[in-house]
This record gives sequence, C-alpha cells and structure tokens, in this order.
Amino acid sequence: MQIAREVLLRSYRAMRTIRDFEERLHVEFATGEIPGFVHLYCGEEASGVGVCAHLTDTDTIASTHRGHGHCIAKGVGVDGMMAEIYGKKTGLCRGKGGSMHIADLSLGMLGANGIVGGGPPLICGAALSHKLLKDNGVAVAFYGDGASNEGSTLESLNLATVWNLPAVFVLEDNGYGEATASSYACAGSQKARAAGFGMPYLECDGSDFFSVYETAGEAIAHARSGKGPIMVHVHLARWYGHFEGDAMTYRANGEVAKLRAEKDCLVRFRKQVEEFSLLEAADLDAIDGSVRAEIEAAVIGAKAAPVPEPAELLEDVYVNY
Amino acid sequence: MSRKSFRQAINEALRQEMLRDPRVILMGEDVAGGQGGSSGVSDAWGGVLGVTKGLYTEFGPDRVLDTPISEASYVGAAAGAAATGLRPVAEVMFIDFVGCCLDQIMNQAAKFRYMFGGKARTPLVIRGMYGAGFSAAAQHSQALYPLFTHIPGLKVVIPSSPYEAKGLLIEAIRDDDPVIFLENKVMYDDEEDVPDEPYTIPFGEANLTREGEDVTIVAFGRMVNFANQAADKLAKEGISCTVVDPRTTSPLDSDTILDCVADTGRLVIVDESSPRCNMATDVAALVAEEAFDALKAPIRRVTPPHTPVPFASILEDLYMPNPAKIEAAVRSVMGYKAKQEA
Repeated sequence: MQIAREVLLRSYRAMRTIRDFEERLHVEFATGEIPGFVHLYCGEEASGVGVCAHLTDTDTIASTHRGHGHCIAKGVGVDGMMAEIYGKKTGLCRGKGGSMHIADLSLGMLGANGIVGGGPPLICGAALSHKLLKDNGVAVAFYGDGASNEGSTLESLNLATVWNLPAVFVLEDNGYGEATASSYACAGSQKARAAGFGMPYLECDGSDFFSVYETAGEAIAHARSGKGPIMVHVHLARWYGHFEGDAMTYRANGEVAKLRAEKDCLVRFRKQVEEFSLLEAADLDAIDGSVRAEIEAAVIGAKAAPVPEPAELLEDVYVNY
Repeated sequence: MSRKSFRQAINEALRQEMLRDPRVILMGEDVAGGQGGSSGVSDAWGGVLGVTKGLYTEFGPDRVLDTPISEASYVGAAAGAAATGLRPVAEVMFIDFVGCCLDQIMNQAAKFRYMFGGKARTPLVIRGMYGAGFSAAAQHSQALYPLFTHIPGLKVVIPSSPYEAKGLLIEAIRDDDPVIFLENKVMYDDEEDVPDEPYTIPFGEANLTREGEDVTIVAFGRMVNFANQAADKLAKEGISCTVVDPRTTSPLDSDTILDCVADTGRLVIVDESSPRCNMATDVAALVAEEAFDALKAPIRRVTPPHTPVPFASILEDLYMPNPAKIEAAVRSVMGYKAKQEA
C-alpha cells in the first residue's frame, strides 16, 4: 500500500489533534466549567481519521454523540469546536448545539447526533443527494455497536441497498453501548447482518491506522463507483466512559490500562512509519508540539469568548418567521 | 381556473413544483406503486388514494421514489437529502404512522437550523393523511397536528379546501424549513374552482371565510367547512358569525384571531384533534391571556372526547365534531350573554 507522505502527515496530525483535544476536555470537564455532557473519542482516533482520509469536502458524514473525532477528521476547526463545547457565541453553532450537535455543513459534516441511530437514515438522504445531483460524492454514516441494534439503522441498511446508494456504513464497535457490552446486546453477527441485506462487509483493526485506511479506501471506492452501499466494521475500544463522569463500574480493573499500553493507535503509527522509514521522528515531534499549542490556544480562546446574546434565544427557529 | 378535487389540486401543486425545480423529489410508500409487481405497471397506484398518480410516468424513478415500508429510513433520508441540496416531499401515508419515524422529524429535521446555529436549511415537506370519518379506526384516523405544532422548528399546514391545498402546498415546497402538510382524507373528492397556474398562499395568514358580529368561530382543516355550514344556518336565526381558518397552526396568525374576538366578544373553537393540549386549548389560552376584557362569554371548545377514534360508524359519528355541535356551542355563548343581561 502506497500512501503519500502528505496524507501520512495530515492523518497523524488529525489523530494527535483528536487525542489532545479529548484528553484536554477530560481535564477541563472535571473543573465544572463545561456545561452538559461530553463523550470522548480517545482510543478510537484511527477510525475517523482512516476513513475521512479518503473523503473530500463534497462528501458527507454523519456522526454520533461521540462526535469530536469525526469533526476533526473531516477538517472542522478546533477553535470553533472548543468554543461550542463551552457554550460560547464564537462556537461553530453559536453555542446553541454543544458537544453533541457540532456540525459544519460547508465541510460535509452533517452533525454529531444526540440520538443513537439518528445518523444512518440521514446518510441515506445525503447519499441520495450525491447520486441525484451527480457530484460523485459519497455519504458515510459512523455509528456504534449500540446503534447497530436500532431499527433506524437496520432500515437504513435496507433502504440504501434498495436504492443502490453511494453510502458507507462505518460501524465503530467499541464493545459497549453505554454500560452494556455488545457481546450481550448484539444478536448474531454484524457480518451476517450485512449479508442479510446483500451488502458487502469489510472489517478492520481500529487501533491500526493503516488497517482502517486500507479497508475504508476499498469501501469508499466501492460506493463511489456506483456499486452501492457497503459496511465497514471497525473493531476498537474507548478509553473513557460512555460520558465524562462515568465511573465505568462495568469494566474490569486494568482493562483500560491494558488498552492504553497495547492498543494506542498513535504509538502504533509512530512505530510503523519509523520502521518503514515513511516519516522521521522529527516530523511527528513537530506535529505533536504544534498540536499542543493549537489545543492550548483553543481552550484559552473558548474560555475568553463571549457567551451568546440573550436575543439569540429566539433566532433561527425558522427561516422567515 | 377550473373545477378540481382536493386530490387533483395536490397532484397539480406537486407536478408544477417538480417542473419548476429539478431538486424537488417525491418519496414514500407506493407514491408510484407497482415497483417490481407482476403487472409490469410501475405507476400503478400513485399512492393509496391516487394523489401522486402520473408523476412517476412524467418524472421517472429518480424524482418519484417508491420506498420500502420503512418510515424511519425514508423520512430520515428525506431530512438528510433536504440538508444536502434536494427539496424532498416525503409522504407518510397515514400520519398516524409518524410513530415509526418521529425521531427523524422531531429530533433531526426540526432541530437542524437552530441547533446548528442557523447554518442548516432543511427544505422538507412531509405530507400525510389525517382525520376521522372513514371508519378507519384508532390507528388510521388521528388528527395529530397538535403533536407537530408542539415542536419548534416545524411548520404545520392544514388546508381546508382544494384552493387552499394547492396554494399552501406550493408555498410549503418553496419554504426552507421542514413543513408538515396534513390532508384530511375525507376531503379528497371535494371540488371547487382552482386556478390552473401555480400560486402560493403565505403561512401564518388566516383566512376569514365568513364575517359577522356576534361570535368568532376558529376552525381547523375540515372543520372550517363544518363551521361555515353552522354559520350559514345560524345567520338565518339572526346570529352572525365570523369564521377564521388559520390555515397553519405553526405559524399561527394570533393577530387575526385576537382582532376577530375583539370585534365579536365571543369565541368558539372547533378542532378535530383530541381535546387535551390541542389547538382549541392553545387558542383558548391565547385569547384568555390577550383578550380577556373583550370576552362577553366563556370560550367554548368543540372537540372529540378524549378517546381513541372508534370504529363503528355510530360511535365515530358521536366522536366527531359536526355542524350541529358547533351551532349548539354558538347558541350557548350567545345564551350566556342573555343570562348576564337578565
């Protein structure tokens, strides 16, 4: 597999940005300054980035409640995201959406989504737009193992097949739907589910950027070429709870520590690119330093930013009403 | 101008908008009707009541999409398509089926614009049949417009005649917000003169179908016709009524309702939906709060009882508001005045 140096650098930067963004949120959330709830994507970075590396701004994605990583992978700026998470006027959604509703339609980011299973039907529609407007775009639904049991998701797998849509269903299987293990909650197998709809199925290791990148590349090329929808099952793990504040009493002691030690996509990426002399350590170190500064600036900017004006309460409910 | 049924008026609005704008597409269960069937006729039904008949033949499979019986997926797809450049008109055959896809309407389409800070537009129309009177029983007869009216971000339209249906549907398709367009299933064969050319009727502007001095009757959808019948009969007894057709429940033309109540001092509201938290209750609260001093009598609401819609005709007839019940309510508010003066 040949990957351009530029793609490698960009992808590493995106994964590092997600990691630092989320680790910083973990710390900042504990201070009580961030309203609402946040769901962190730490440990899953290679999935969003490995998929979105194949997409352009024309392509559409729909995300989940755990959406920060998908936003960053799709090119959404961290300043606007951080300000949004702090509920500030300068936020991407002017402080009216928050962590679970960050969207940037100009980049084909159709929104994080507070409803489990909310994204797959929307992605059928976005894929229909790509097909009928003939812009060669594809639409990608990220959804979790929890959402894989929602009727809306299963109906979408059927509809996308019936309409032969350029849609990719990326199942990010982190092993838990909130606190309940997917081994308990998911009957049968995801592979058999895809087969039940006559849909091709691929799977990959979500802690390995190269595994995701290669698999997603195949899937997206399949959808883009007009061959219809496809499922990509990404096996991965989350390092934090379902939400910040989740004591994770349902996980065995040491489970997360082991994941951090053995399944860190950033460590693995660094090892792989150095081993095959694709990038230099100095390249990666430079990105690490630059991302650190970027996140620091985003947090400082978000904290200092103004809150929304009271008048904004009533704005944008309707276009002209 | 020509004589058209409610059904034809809706079909014509869809057709003319599809001709005007290639981004307008239709989807729903059997909107063509006949995909994959053994007759080989793709445009077999045009919807269960034939409303979309002929559009598949004219516009083809990319513009008129039959869906699986799978409301969550295709209503969600309509929302997603609307947010990404198309202008879908999705049909939820009987609006009662919204139970299968409410998330896609309530939590997705309705919220995008506000929740995304004003940067999303969702030009989506959801059409569906509503209303009792067909012995269609509890799951195919409900008048669920209050449910949608309750959700900020949705516009809700209830046309009261073929003329209203065409103008309001064209307005709905050109609107950049999600619009719920509810067609009373008993009215599909109602006829009146309807312009042949496209026209729009703005949302939030009530229509006065009768103007009088004694009582204001606010009625919704098919109830406008009942209110007119009642008003005409009462006029012969010397009671003159204003009949207000709000046309849309969201936005609601509060100003016109308040002006009419200020003129007449009496209010009867006729609403086919279940009485708790319905439009009659909403309008009553509006008037109680904003026009208390103008009232000469208590507000009366004519609604069904708070029960599911029954099947047997005798029970369904009892359930439904009708002109006689409206007349009784009007006489009651007029009688209240007499009591005060006595």
